[in-house]
Amino acid sequence: MSGARQLLVMAGWLLFGAGAFSQPPLLTRTLALDQLRSGLTFSGPDVQSLQADAFANPGLLWLARGESLWGQRVGPQNLSCQDCHGLKTGSMQGVAVQYPKLPTGSGSLINLEDQIRACRTQRQGVSDWGFESDGLLAMTLYVTEASKGLPLRLSPDPRLAVHLQAGASLFQRQQGQLNLSCAQCHDQQQGRRLYSDRLSQGQPNGYPVYRLEWQTLGSLERRLRSCYAGIRAESPPWGDPKMRQLALYLTWRGEGLPLEVPAVRK
Amino acid sequence: MNQGLARLQWPQNIVAGDVVKVRLLVQHPMHTGYQQDMQGSVIARNVLLWLTCTLGDQQVFRVEPSSGIAANPYFEFFVRARASADMVVRWQDDLGVVGKWQQRMVVVERQTPGP
Amino acid sequence: MTPRPSVKQLLGRRDWLRLASAAGAGLTALAPDHVRAQQIGFDQQRTVADMLRGVAGGSSALKLGVSLTVTALADNGTLVPVSVQVPSPMSEQDHVTHIYLLSSRNPVMQVAAFVLGPWSGRAEISTRVRLAGSQQLLALGRLSSGECRYEVAEVIVTESACMDAS
Repeated sequence: MSGARQLLVMAGWLLFGAGAFSQPPLLTRTLALDQLRSGLTFSGPDVQSLQADAFANPGLLWLARGESLWGQRVGPQNLSCQDCHGLKTGSMQGVAVQYPKLPTGSGSLINLEDQIRACRTQRQGVSDWGFESDGLLAMTLYVTEASKGLPLRLSPDPRLAVHLQAGASLFQRQQGQLNLSCAQCHDQQQGRRLYSDRLSQGQPNGYPVYRLEWQTLGSLERRLRSCYAGIRAESPPWGDPKMRQLALYLTWRGEGLPLEVPAVRK
Repeated sequence: MNQGLARLQWPQNIVAGDVVKVRLLVQHPMHTGYQQDMQGSVIARNVLLWLTCTLGDQQVFRVEPSSGIAANPYFEFFVRARASADMVVRWQDDLGVVGKWQQRMVVVERQTPGP
Repeated sequence: MTPRPSVKQLLGRRDWLRLASAAGAGLTALAPDHVRAQQIGFDQQRTVADMLRGVAGGSSALKLGVSLTVTALADNGTLVPVSVQVPSPMSEQDHVTHIYLLSSRNPVMQVAAFVLGPWSGRAEISTRVRLAGSQQLLALGRLSSGECRYEVAEVIVTESACMDAS
């Protein structure tokens, strides 16, 4: 590309970024805000009563583990989460619904798990909690619990616009051997039966989730990768920005749905 | 000193002689040995071999599960309450890992009506 | 040189098939439980008699009085709540000593064995089981007298439509 042309392209991008996105860009809602339903409403009575059980909900085991990890002092400076953040109940309220987000100054979209892992390695100076590790799941659930009942809401950060568009494109993209897009099942066919299963809207308000199929707690990223496997598409690698962009779009798409903690799904 | 992770629950305000329902949830994957991990290797079988509950010095419950018990085993059973005592849950799995969870059950004397 | 006739050719096709399936069935009978499970067809599940035989004293068990509570239609086979209650005074002289849960189709027939006694106050247990497909569940209680009581329930298990191998 010639020098002049490069300048023109750059100028175009600058204008594009500067003015256009003080509000969410040209995204249309296939599912109107008053049509939004949590996955719980598509679940059978056994799953619903399991989630409602204040004692025997299996996710509560991880919540208990998260509580003990919050106060655990680790690393060269002998720091616990509590030492910096105080009690979870106060400091972490409203935090989970801010994710995915762009940290100040950085260009990489991160989810809550990424943030927790960064705190652990950079602030506490201990080894990383790997993806889907027991510790990471427990801590993510524990922090998310402080936002229980709060509605999904897209942060007004204008820098998110380009990621939101990317997520929207991913949602609409037909892929895999089954050549299906998220939208085809979860926008267009939601509520209808696939054999004996009811197709849900694919909402992200119940994560980390105790999924009966996994027989353990798992993250939204794991669930999205499972969807890719389900349509016989190659799952993106763990940590892929695309999964965070998709999660961001899902947050916008599910705006207003309250967080369920710990959620149980089939 | 607790080992492993469990949840134990019974009703509040237990009076001596009451038959109370105890609810127990234990964290354990109960790997059947039939499933494969994402790399295609079989996940080795690891289930609870036995689980007991003692109340004071009396064993009040024992279960020998199999791979047919769901992951993160859940049990409900009943016990006749006599006096305040420690409920101690113990378990062992195929790998030889033992667990222990202890909680105090408070039982009040049955009040006989006064003169 | 003409090749020697094979066993298959000598027996003729029909007899060969009969021999092969008998041998296969024989091998199957010797196979460990979990191998057999993969070969169990819908109409080849363990019968009630099979399951009762699996517990000492079960063969003379009476189908009487036991409450077995389980959903008739489970939409997930990995976690199915089950409750069993055996009526009994739970006294020193007359109580339930054991409750067994048996499966007609799981690779392992005995799902769990519970040990109870007069200290239990009530012969009732609940748990959550895995069901490897639609099948019958059998709950058996053994009394302090040695007698056994049982109940059977049928559960249809539907599988997930989206196979995501997650």
